[in-house]
Amino acid sequence: MNSLDIAKIVLVLIGAPILGCLLAGIDRRLTARLQGRVGPPILQPYYDVMKLFQKDNMVVNESQNLYVVLYVVFVILSLLMLVFDADILMIVFVYTVSSVALVVGGMSTGSPYARIGSSREIMAILSYEPILILYALAIYLLTGTFKLSALNNTTTPLLMYIPLIFISMMFVMNIKFKKSPFDYSTSHHAHQELVKGMLTEYSGPGLAGIEIGHFYEYVFLLGLMFLFWKVNIIIGLLVALIAFLFVIIMDNITARVYWQWMLKISWTILLIISVVNVLYLYVAKIKLI
Amino acid sequence: MALAKSPWIIHVNCNSCNGCDIEVLACLTPLYDAERFGVLNIGTPKQADIMVVTGSINYKNVNVLKNIYNQIPDPKVVLAVGACASTGGIFHDCYNVIGGVDQVIPVDAYVPGCCPRPEAILDGVVAALSVLESKSQGKIKGKDVKLKGNEVPSNA
Repeated sequence: MNSLDIAKIVLVLIGAPILGCLLAGIDRRLTARLQGRVGPPILQPYYDVMKLFQKDNMVVNESQNLYVVLYVVFVILSLLMLVFDADILMIVFVYTVSSVALVVGGMSTGSPYARIGSSREIMAILSYEPILILYALAIYLLTGTFKLSALNNTTTPLLMYIPLIFISMMFVMNIKFKKSPFDYSTSHHAHQELVKGMLTEYSGPGLAGIEIGHFYEYVFLLGLMFLFWKVNIIIGLLVALIAFLFVIIMDNITARVYWQWMLKISWTILLIISVVNVLYLYVAKIKLI
Repeated sequence: MALAKSPWIIHVNCNSCNGCDIEVLACLTPLYDAERFGVLNIGTPKQADIMVVTGSINYKNVNVLKNIYNQIPDPKVVLAVGACASTGGIFHDCYNVIGGVDQVIPVDAYVPGCCPRPEAILDGVVAALSVLESKSQGKIKGKDVKLKGNEVPSNA
């Protein structure tokens, strides 16, 4: 590990939450504008986190704090692995551990709302995980290795060969950002039904930790979209931005669906088009390297 | 500093006639847009800063109110919205009514009116913010309100 790597790590640890915080602020502002409101300042998520750190930490059991730490650590780890062009399959697995930490944290409280939220999050994991694996498989078929560093030697962007997986990944973004129509595990807008889903029993610094984890997660997820056009950084960032705007607009123009619907959409349409895309790569023997 | 910029509200309906509740919800609509001050209507008391109570307190809901109050982490403030929550209002001498919210838990700001206009409620929230800020700096904890049976007095 040389000094450049250390600089990269520091940049990710400090820069990613700032970027994620701004993205979350832009998200809330844009949502407000789409609803005809003025909306909060762009730095509102930062104020929220700062406020939460000033509050008392009220937990049902001590292990809840551990799950918050696990969630944040594994999100940061997966983001670092993405930045260092590690194994895409490993990144997917490490990232899943972070989601599972939140699920277990919700389950450990015994609150009925947290339990419902957690079981719905399990359904969400069930519906997006196969698509992430197929995405990793497509990268393997194209480059001959799961290592993302192989993408640096290519000249054509991934999007040219896996457009159908790109469409599926757009929906995965919607599920992972926990936005409408799939916003039922920790709902921002439906307190009457589910209170706060699997985050119901978190308060103060614990919730602040989860919010910071979300900031890292925003950057990580958009990083996954960036991979589709890794050959050109500007266009890659543009692809990530389009994915982000797509998620916000979908959030505002759709109503929430049943979790059964999400499972049906992802296990029929999205999974089939992803498999078709992978089969095409396999049969046509397309290689980027 | 940050506390005043992101007050999260939990709305507790203690036997209100829904008049005040509708006005509280009107604050969140595009016309008044309380979110521009960072105000969010949050569902769980564990993440709330300001407790907005509407309606008078009676023997049936007093323990629910105390329970929710105790679940809000410090620093916290209570805002009594409407005539009923402030004093008991038109129901003050009913046989089952204890009175205003301040008979049971400490109240930091009152919004009068039956029902108060959304502007008045937003004013009340802004007034509560300075109390919240001073409580945070002075590290003033809300008192732990004890739950007692059904609270029905012996002469009732």
